[in-house]
Amino acid sequence: MSQSSSVRQEYEVVLEPLLTVPVERELPLGQRLWQQGWLRKSLILIVLAVLWELVARYQNNDLLLPTFLQTASALYDGLISGELLNKVGISLVVLLKGYLIGIALAFALTTLAVSTQLGRDLLSTLTSMFNPLPAIALLPLALLWFGLGQNSLIFVLVHSVLWALALNTYAGFLGVSQTLRMAGRNYGLKGIRFVLLILIPAALPSILAGLKIGWAFAWRTLIAAELVFGATSGKGGLGWYIFQNRNELYTDKVFAGLAVVILIGLLVENLVFDTLERVTVKRWGMQH
Amino acid sequence: MNASVQGHTASHLTATGPALLSVDQVSLEYRTPQRVVRATHQVSFEIDSADRFILLGPSGCGKSTLLKAVAGFHSPCEGHIRLLEQAVTAPGPDRMVVFQEFDQLPPWKTVKQNVMFPLLASRTLPRREAEERALHYLDKVGLTAFADAYPHTLSGGMKARVAIARALAMQPKILLMDEPFAALDALTRRKMQEELLLLWEEVRFTLLFVTHSIEEALVVGNRILLLSPHPGRVRAEINSHQYGLHSLGGTEFQQAARRIHRLLFDENDVASSEQALNFADIRIAY
Repeated sequence: MSQSSSVRQEYEVVLEPLLTVPVERELPLGQRLWQQGWLRKSLILIVLAVLWELVARYQNNDLLLPTFLQTASALYDGLISGELLNKVGISLVVLLKGYLIGIALAFALTTLAVSTQLGRDLLSTLTSMFNPLPAIALLPLALLWFGLGQNSLIFVLVHSVLWALALNTYAGFLGVSQTLRMAGRNYGLKGIRFVLLILIPAALPSILAGLKIGWAFAWRTLIAAELVFGATSGKGGLGWYIFQNRNELYTDKVFAGLAVVILIGLLVENLVFDTLERVTVKRWGMQH
Repeated sequence: MNASVQGHTASHLTATGPALLSVDQVSLEYRTPQRVVRATHQVSFEIDSADRFILLGPSGCGKSTLLKAVAGFHSPCEGHIRLLEQAVTAPGPDRMVVFQEFDQLPPWKTVKQNVMFPLLASRTLPRREAEERALHYLDKVGLTAFADAYPHTLSGGMKARVAIARALAMQPKILLMDEPFAALDALTRRKMQEELLLLWEEVRFTLLFVTHSIEEALVVGNRILLLSPHPGRVRAEINSHQYGLHSLGGTEFQQAARRIHRLLFDENDVASSEQALNFADIRIAY
């Protein structure tokens, strides 16, 4: 027992600069490429396209399932002739209008909710009433109120964006730390300036999530609305393009239309929202 | 000795004019869903210009609540808080607060923008002058090289320095610090205390500092207000201007620490003075 508590010899070491071992070295090329998210995602897309091509060839029925290459050529033709781009343009303009109005209303509602008790009750009551209601179910009513045209589409789009975004934004506001709130009030920030300078940037991760969900809801609502009622408004969008071509049994064009819906979704997700996240919440260390 | 503090008013002996900050018979209460809890009961003290005034007490004695009341986040249920004869009613940039938590720095602003933020938000200075002043105070806390870094890349001590620079840049009438170093490791805390004292030598700001460490109170402060356990009442006011980091471990310092310990925990006078206290035992809460 006495040996374990015996005193060992002390020592000191004089440290020379460490030169014999490199302090940092590069990873091999393969590993560095694998770190690139876009490369991994492209690989997944290519695998899916190959699978599609194989299944379609095995099926051998153009009317039910055109091959990937047929769809690609229909897509190419549509883009070259400008028909498809024209439809996309019409759809996107309506979509953006509805999206922006929805965002503005959501911020107004959540600002009211963080400022007053009544606003809070209003927000929670309205979201629990309308959030579960599918936006498309309001379309017949919208057509009755706003007539056949853009306005009724914008009405349902606002409905699809507003509640999802408001709910996320409000949850984000509630999550802002007490210390940060006190720091803001300490500078004399109040009311709308407090919301703009403290709450919105601090809740940005939730707000971005809400914007993403809102975008997806709006996009799918729009296509669905155009599919059902697109014919009634003089010039139809992408949904109408899909619907029309199905009626005429141009299945490859139907697939091309669907592909465009997916492509726009991927582009917005990967370019717009990813860039937004990279220059904000990721840069600030609020999200990893 | 103990009886003299009952129903006291703040010590007036050395004050020549009206005090910078006067807290007069202030009681604070906070609400839980079930009950109203009294945090402090009729606390009075006065802070003069360039004081380093410490609020010291055991956990839950209402010292942080008291500081937040001075900052304007709580209003007293009785008594008055006056800053330069003006009643404190709401938070304001003339009473900058340094909090304990690291998330007091908005993560979306760089170090420099963080220091500029209150100057711009309170419309004290236009952007260019705010930038100049921010760089000046960042230089004082030794963070010039990190002006464009984001807070999440900094260590705890550096974040505390940014918060101090941010508060000092506002040139507040009084600087409020709520256990600013409690979340730091012991070595960094010692370094920060040293730097704070050096900054005070240079700028001579007025400081109200909340801590639960006797050692920190003696080192940082020139006057210490001792608060009793919950609900907080004034137990004593003690001068500590003679102690600094150099006096750590000295006999007088140890005696002062022992005296504070006895006052805070109401130990039997004879028993505790007879005991040969090791200095390490006195640091009540690190």
